[in-house]
Amino acid sequence: MSGFALTRRRALKTGGALAALIAAGLLPRDAFAAWNQAAFETKGVAESLRALGLAQPAASDQVQLVMSDVAENGAVVPVQIVSRAPNTTKIGLMVERNPNTLSAVFDIGAGMLPEIATRVRLQETSNVVAFVVADGKVLTATRLVSVTLGGCAVSS
Amino acid sequence: MTSPTRIRATIRDGIVDVRVLMTHEMETGQRPGDDGKLVPAWFIREVAVTHNGNTVMSAQWGPAISKNPYLQFRFRGGAVGDKIDVKWTDNRGESRSDSAAIA
Repeated sequence: MSGFALTRRRALKTGGALAALIAAGLLPRDAFAAWNQAAFETKGVAESLRALGLAQPAASDQVQLVMSDVAENGAVVPVQIVSRAPNTTKIGLMVERNPNTLSAVFDIGAGMLPEIATRVRLQETSNVVAFVVADGKVLTATRLVSVTLGGCAVSS
Repeated sequence: MTSPTRIRATIRDGIVDVRVLMTHEMETGQRPGDDGKLVPAWFIREVAVTHNGNTVMSAQWGPAISKNPYLQFRFRGGAVGDKIDVKWTDNRGESRSDSAAIA
């Protein structure tokens, strides 16, 4: 009887300690980076970068934003971002005139080349901003993309 | 219910090219449905791609990524037969993991 009580107490203690660790952010919830809700709900390039904890963005030709200047269908716009800046750790994509500016943030893992291709929605003609975090600096490339048919309010 | 993610990983000159096509509505939350009310946002928020268990790429997405998301990137250090896992989680808490071998 006392043995059971002891085990139960120990189990509770251990469980509590684990929960505290997770709550304190010391243990990862998963392999994922935590989704940054504030950053994804912000409007504006500077504000979104700030919500990501990034400051002082500077335009740089080390960031290449490869996409067409005209998007016929705003629901599916191919985009590629290539960084030539050494030690690139993050690549991000923002669409200035979308309901929320930030579209995606990619973390460059071990061995990954600093380039990414995906497809994004554009609600209307807008500046598209690619940003890169390299050696603690925030570098950007911007391109104005004309949209013929908006991509947020229509079904794909 | 989730549908399989299509993954193609091919190696050339020591660099693995990963192409991923996920199956997801990626509802923006901006689109009115048949009843005139906005269809609630439903989108993949987190993506992680691992090579033999090590994360090579992870991402956070908003609903601006297109329906049935496509992703392409490259990494060094892979070999033919190595396992590539692609896992995503959406804002409803659903998740899915699929894998493929490097060819």
